[in-house]
Amino acid sequence: MKIHLRFFAGVREALGSAAETVILPAHVRSVGAVRDWLRERGEPWDATLASSQSVRMAYDHTMTEADTPIADGGEVAFFPPVTGG
Amino acid sequence: MPQMSVRIQEADFDLSIEVARLRALAPQVGAVVTFVGTVRDVNDGVPISAMTLEHYPGMTEQSIEAIVTRAKARWPINDALVIHRIGLLQTGDQIVLVGVTAAHRGEAFQACEFIMDYLKTEAPFWKKEQTPDGARWVDARITDDTARKKWLPSC
Repeated sequence: MKIHLRFFAGVREALGSAAETVILPAHVRSVGAVRDWLRERGEPWDATLASSQSVRMAYDHTMTEADTPIADGGEVAFFPPVTGG
Repeated sequence: MPQMSVRIQEADFDLSIEVARLRALAPQVGAVVTFVGTVRDVNDGVPISAMTLEHYPGMTEQSIEAIVTRAKARWPINDALVIHRIGLLQTGDQIVLVGVTAAHRGEAFQACEFIMDYLKTEAPFWKKEQTPDGARWVDARITDDTARKKWLPSC
């Protein structure tokens, strides 16, 4: 399954990446599983996306929780709590 | 016709022009409430000279439209407008405009505050401030979450 990844603000800077497209292993089927899978890359991914970090997640442009299932061609985004307005 | 208007832009906006647009061809409107957010010169005791606003194109518009839709379901408002600027902003610049029209002031005041409270906690914008010690990302405020929660049914 192929998905698109987006990173914003402090998460983007910490990872040194704004976007990429990845092929997921078969067992990665939720937004939270994508996060765990990315942490396996080591640093800075492991620390930046650690469960202790207040990282928010979105799937296909909607704020979401870790157990949200993903589908081929979907877009998963990771970012800090928002600070607009 | 009531409309929903959400604009994300680098350019500044003119409050007078936007209010005139909201009121045009809407003789049923008896109340116009607007909120304008601006760049303060200090945050958490640190002087701020400028800030850069980043957002998530696509999700930003969708999330604000969802907030406005919720406000319209909750109050009998006529129209709503949200303009949010992105990019580099200087101290004193306008950042955001929320405008709501309705027949009466009560629903217009409430819907405007509701939209602003949800925008602060759900719309994907991030501020990076320029301080004398360099740039820093603004931390989310617990008070913003508290402000949003006052609209939940249980409160």
